[in-house]
Order: sequence, then structure tokens, then C-alpha cells
Amino acid sequence: MSVATPSPDTLKTGPDSTVEALRQRFEEKIVLEQATLTGWPVLWVARDTLTEVLAFLRDKSQAFEMLYDLSAIDERLRSHRRGLPVSDFTVFYHLLSVSRNRDIILKVALSEDDLALPSIVPLYPNANWYEREVWDMFGITFQGHPHLSRILMPPTWHGHPLRKDHHARATEFDPYTLTVEGQDREQQALKFDPEAWGMRRRHDDSEFMFLNLGPNHPSAHGAFRLVLQLDGEEIIDCVPDIGYHHRGAEKMAERQSWHSFIPYTDRIDYTGGVMNNLPYVLAVEKLAGITVTKRAETIRVMMAEMFRITSHLLFLGTYLQDLGAMTPVFFTFTDRQKGYEVIEAITGFRMHPAWYRIGGVAHDLPKGWEKLVKGFLDWMPKRLREYERAMMENAIVRERTRHIAAHDTTEALAWGITGPNLRATGLDFDLRKQRPYSGYENFDFEIPIGHNGDAFDRGQIRIEEMRQSLRIIQQCLDHMPAGDYKADHPLTTPPPRERMLQHIETLITHFLQVSWGPVLKPNESMQMIEATKGINSYYLTSDGNTMSYRTRIRTPSFPHLQHIPALMRGGFVPDLIAHLGSIDFVMADVDR
Amino acid sequence: MSWLTPQVVAVFVAMAQALGILLGAVLLGAVMTVVERRLLGLWQDRYGPNRVGPFGSLQLIADMLKIFFKEDWIPPFADRTLFVLAPAIAMASLLLSFIVIPFTPALHVADWNIGLLFFLAMGGINVYAVLLGGWSSGNKYALIGAMRASAQTLSYEVFMGLALMGVVAMAGSFNLRDIVNAQEGLWFIIPQFFGFCTFLIAGVAVTHRHPFDQPEAEQELADGYHVEYSSMKFGMFFIGEYVGMVLVSALIVTLFFGGWHGPLLPPIVWFAIKTGFFLMLFVLLRASLPRPRYDRVMSFGWKVCLPLTLINLMVTGAAILLTAPE
Repeated sequence: MSVATPSPDTLKTGPDSTVEALRQRFEEKIVLEQATLTGWPVLWVARDTLTEVLAFLRDKSQAFEMLYDLSAIDERLRSHRRGLPVSDFTVFYHLLSVSRNRDIILKVALSEDDLALPSIVPLYPNANWYEREVWDMFGITFQGHPHLSRILMPPTWHGHPLRKDHHARATEFDPYTLTVEGQDREQQALKFDPEAWGMRRRHDDSEFMFLNLGPNHPSAHGAFRLVLQLDGEEIIDCVPDIGYHHRGAEKMAERQSWHSFIPYTDRIDYTGGVMNNLPYVLAVEKLAGITVTKRAETIRVMMAEMFRITSHLLFLGTYLQDLGAMTPVFFTFTDRQKGYEVIEAITGFRMHPAWYRIGGVAHDLPKGWEKLVKGFLDWMPKRLREYERAMMENAIVRERTRHIAAHDTTEALAWGITGPNLRATGLDFDLRKQRPYSGYENFDFEIPIGHNGDAFDRGQIRIEEMRQSLRIIQQCLDHMPAGDYKADHPLTTPPPRERMLQHIETLITHFLQVSWGPVLKPNESMQMIEATKGINSYYLTSDGNTMSYRTRIRTPSFPHLQHIPALMRGGFVPDLIAHLGSIDFVMADVDR
Repeated sequence: MSWLTPQVVAVFVAMAQALGILLGAVLLGAVMTVVERRLLGLWQDRYGPNRVGPFGSLQLIADMLKIFFKEDWIPPFADRTLFVLAPAIAMASLLLSFIVIPFTPALHVADWNIGLLFFLAMGGINVYAVLLGGWSSGNKYALIGAMRASAQTLSYEVFMGLALMGVVAMAGSFNLRDIVNAQEGLWFIIPQFFGFCTFLIAGVAVTHRHPFDQPEAEQELADGYHVEYSSMKFGMFFIGEYVGMVLVSALIVTLFFGGWHGPLLPPIVWFAIKTGFFLMLFVLLRASLPRPRYDRVMSFGWKVCLPLTLINLMVTGAAILLTAPE
């Protein structure tokens, strides 16, 4: 399956056939088309027609195969919303059409005393966790949801954290205490109750074993818990339990200046480093109206691809280790170290450099960077070949991963799977090609695809992706543009220091922008990028302040984990371990 | 000194030898824990333990001190008697097997004509250690590990014994000393190549070494059957595994590689060199292979190894009958 690469003008918003079709079909039920900087049509839809509109959009003629994101905004404190429908809480649905390479965002207005919506799980299966998250964070109920319960917060939590009236800092409430009774209560709440999930404890005269895999298990890749219903070693059903790594990054964004939130983004997908900064700064730059220089763009691409390689190396080592091979991880970590030497020399930090800035990067490339990058480019290819020969061509690895946890493209799209895991099913949907950002259209590279969508393809494809990343870095090395590493724009943060002492006006501006941070005009913007693990995006709502009014972080690992039970029913415990290794997730990316 | 008759001296010598072999086996097993880590480090481009003493030579002492002083914790939900018994079985059954191994023409504990059968019997008892340990722990991971261990050992012991019958038929004896002496001209590795292959596989499986470490399978069962054990009880399982490695290596040398036979060097050195080679092989296997899935391990045992040993046994029998003097 192949996706047509669009010509640049189809990506612009404007008269949109989908919007026309919706207006014709639903008339006054489409309340308003909101003008935003998201790049996609944003439609306000009446609550009672939501399900019909979504069903219409999903079917063949419109072909929005994927529910890309679903979340909400507490609008009660938003001051700049002239012309928008009255709403206390707004729920938005972001749909993505891979075949047409178009998106659409639907918004539904809700009043504070009637926070309820119909569940869309029958239409899009991955809405399940997203609706639970909205309930958990905002207290909006979804009628007809199969299991509406807390997902990120502990089951005993009071309140809904992303509401504006919920405290954001520890200093805003009484000190936390835990008594012995309280501890018992918390532990009791974490106990798994099969009946609550519609599971049976016994079948005929045999009893099922419920195995608690995690949150501390060597193959759970972080604080991730899976409850398995086992018959012998066969998995009858399983329930993933997430939230142990939840830090409230979206809430923090509402209390940090546009600039000072950058380091928090690093820690979303903590193996992705500056790759995480990219969607955030690109979205902020859209709001600020900054066009960055060619040099800054190319530096960003080069560093993002460096991090793609280090992240994939970590994946490869742990993936093979989960299959029982203990040696590869030491070799991939050696390579990763070589990568970090380059990264450290350029950014001054290893894993979380927080190096991108609004309007550019933190500083220019150091003297002699070419030699370092070249050394890395020379080192990697033979190592990648070695991994293929020693491991991917090994009969045991193939037997463990071939046709394990396999799914096709349709299923992947229905579950919101993106990135290498989607491409392993044979679809060449890569944002760097389909929706180029940060100058990716200038690079010559290929999109590796798999065939079976199984655990083997997910591993193999990442080795191939590292090769393509090396190609991109090579091109950055050969054609690094000259020029400034920061855009010449009043909102570039931090502002150029050279002009600070020239004039009282520049001094005041510099002082305000460094102490308060830049003030961005009220609007909404979003940017998706092809991150290490799939599509990562930031949907920013500015209310004309130094801080974001609402920051929605859509991460790829969240839907990837939601898909596990559908794939693992009928598999064995070792298959589950192979699958967990092949997904490539980090819990920070799931829980945020 | 009238009581110091030659008989009494012989008894003392035999006791000293037995004690020496016992200590030697345990010590070698313990040393192997460190040797393995150093070898893995070498093959994985890293150092391994190299801080305690010159080149990490005193690491073993540090480890032993540490493990002796760890809290010896028995979970309240465990079955106490069996929980304590299991590691003792793990250690004892394997150590007892050393009784029948002739290291040199002079050095051995007992010269029994049921030698090989005794080893197979002890190997059979050894599985109870894992089974009881896993079951009595009251832990689900341990239980799955124990389940895997019993299924795997059953499958692999079937052809383990059969793999050795070719050797027995050729030597005409179960006595290991006779078997070694029968190899003076030609090591049994050549006529009994398939017997050797299957015995090696079964040997790895019976000692639960990677890639047949299904009962522990760190990535799947988080250490499986001994997950609830601590301190010296864990230590006995741990050292037991290495003692098992030494035992299987020594047996392979005795049965297929001519035991102590070899030119120039003294017999004990030859025996040590050959055994050391197979110990390295065990470590190399662990460093280089991924772990196959548990059910594939079973079907490999039943569908490949068992038929192979049966064919090997039949061909050996036919060859012996054909070449036998009337």
C-alpha cells in the first residue's frame, strides 16, 4: 500500500471537500468552522449529531480511518474566545485519513452541568483509552463506554487534574500524608478484580490464573503493569494498567512559560532527546509567526536523526534481550555511546539536551563538528550489518518473532498505530515524506516498509530506518547551509544579546522577554512530527499570555499499548514478551 | 604403629580423595560463577568484575561473604519444609554424581559398575529440587517455572539415557572406568557422534543452562522457580547450576573424549583441559544464543532428538552385531 506524496498546495487549508460534504449533509448541525493555525479544518459540531458525523467521516467516501487524538479543554477561564460557541468544556476529536493525507478536527461544546457525550468506541476502538483519559482528567462521562474508569491517576484520586480549578503545584494543597490504613486502602484499590473487566475466574472445572506482570517486571520496559488471564501459559485475555509514570506534563505546561516548558518535552519520550523539542517549538513558532533560518532547520534535522538512531539502538538491544539474547545490548550501547559523544559535543548534554529554542537552536555548531559526525557515519553501517547477520538472520530469533503479534494495515489504522509499527504492515506513511516539516522535503531518503506487520518486521524495519537516518545525517554534513542559527524575529527566545545594550527600547524588550518570556497571540496551533516511536504532536492553545492555556501532547506509545490485548489473546507468555519488546515504547511517552 | 595397617591407610586415602573431590567440585562450581562473568565480559566488549583483587581474582570471596550475610528470608506464604529442602536437593544430587566419575586412573571416589545409571538417577532426582522449590514458594512465576522445568526435564531425560546407550553398548559396561579404558584407541566422539550431540543438548537442558533456561527465563518469568529464594538458599541453587555444568562437562569428557587419555601431559591435566573446554562452551552458548520458545524446546526434544538417538542406538547395535566375533 502506498500513500501519494502530496503537492504542497493540497496541504494548505482553504475550501475543503470534506467540510463542504459535511455542510451539505448536516446543515446547521455544523455550528461553525473555526479559523486556527492547526493546518486542518476545525469544525464545531452539535453534541446530538456527533456520532453520525463521525460515522459519516469514517466511511469509505471520506475515509478518515484513524482516530488520531481525542481530548478536551477546560474553557472556563479562557478570555479570548470571541466568536466561538458557548462552552465550559470542549472535547475535540482529531481524525486522520492516511489514504487522502488529510485531517479534520471536530469540537463539541459542553456545559458544566451536563458533562456527557456518547462513547465512540463502537466506531473507533482506540477511543476507549482516550475517553477514559478525558474522564480521568476532566470528569466528562461517555455514555455507553465499556469500562469508564481512571486510567492515569490512581483509582482513589479525588478531582480531575486538568480542570482549571484543580491545583497544579504541591504548595497549593495540604502536605501529603500516608497512614497505615491509607496504605492498605491504596493497595486494596490496586488489586485486580476480574469481574469488573467482564472476565471469568473459572471455566468448566478449571480455574484461570491471573498473573500480575509488572509494574516491576524486567520486560515491562518501565513501570507498566499487565494483568494476564492465563490457562497454562496461554493468554486468554489481558488488561494493561498504565499511569505509574504519570507526571502531569500537560498540566505543567499551563504553569510554565512558552520557553521554560522546553526541558519538560525532552522527558516525554525520554529516549528521543531533542526529537521531543521539535513538535513543540514548531507549534510555538506557528503561533509566533516565526520562520526559522535554513541553517537552524538543517541542524534540527541532523540532531533529530541522531536521536532517532540512538533511540532505535536502545530498542534493538532490548528487543533482542527480551528474546533471550544477552549480548547484543552491550554492542548497541557501545554504538549509542558513540552517538552520544557527538550529541554531547554539539548540544552539551547527552539524553535530555533541551537544545531547541523558539526560533532556532541554543547555539551554533561547535568547531570541528564535521569530523565527529563523520566518525559516527563511518562507524555505524558495518555494525548494523553485523546485527542483521548475527541476530535478524538467526533461526531462533526468526522463530520467536515471525507471525507473532501480527496485524494488517486496516487494523493498525483502526487502533491508531503510527510510526515504524504502522510501516511494518506495509504502508509507507511517514510524515517526513507525506507532510514534510523542518525542511525534510530537501532530503533524499527512503521509507522502509515491512510486509507481515509482525514482531520480526517491527525489529527489521528499525535497522533499515537507522540506515536512512545515516543518509539524512550525511546530507546534513555535506550541505550544511551557512547563516544564523536563530531567526531574526522579536519573539525568538532568548532574544539576541548583541543588541541588548544598544538602546533603552531593546533593553526593556530583552528584559521582559527573558524575565516573563514571550507573549503569544491568542490562537490554536499544532504540529505533528515523525518521532522515534511514531507520530508525536503538540496541540497548543494560546490565550494571549506568557503561558500556554492548554497543551495537548499526543504520543505514539499510548495507542500502541492499548492495542496489546487485541493482539495477545491466544498467544503464549513468551510471545507477549517478544511483542512488548517489538513495540518500542517508554512509559514516560505513554503516561506523560 | 600397629593400627596403621595398609587397609586403614587405604580407607584414609579414599576418604581424603572423596573429600578432595567434593571440595574441588563445589569450589570449581563457585569459581565458574566468576569465570563465566569474566568470559562474558570478554566476549561482550566489556570488563566484567575486575575490581576485587588482582584482575578480579578475589571477587569470589567478596561474593561469598556477601551471600552468607544476606538475610535468609522465608516468605510467610511458603511451605516451609519443602522450601528449605529444595535447595539441599539441588546441591546434593549433583554433588553425589561426582562419586562415579574417574578423574585419573588413581583418583576417584567409587568404582561402581552401575556408574552411569547412578548419574541418570541423580539427574532424575535433581528435577525435584526445581519442582519443589517452585511449588513451595507460593509464587505464580515460580510455579510456572517449576511447571516448565518438570516438562522440560521429562522430555530431555528420555533421550539423555538413550543417547548414552550407544557408548554403553560399545564399551560393554556401565562402569565409567571401563568406558574410559575402552576409548584408548579411538574416542567415542567419532563412532558415537550423534550420541554426543544429543547428550550435549540434553546436558544443557538438564542443567537449565541457556538456551534451555526456560524454568528461570529472566525476561519472561523474572527468575522463575527461585524468585523467592535469598541468601545461601539461593546460593545453593546458583552454585548447584554451576556444579551441574562441571558435572556434565566431566561426563562428556569421560564418555566421549577419552577421559584422562592424552599424550605427554599427566592424566589429571588432560582431564582438566578437556573439561575446561566444555565449560567454556557452556558460557559461549549463553553469550551467543537467543532463547527459543518453551513449546518449541519440547517439540525439538521429542521430534528431533529422540528419533535421532533411537536411530543412533539401532545403528550402533547393528554394527556391533555385524562385527562381533562368532
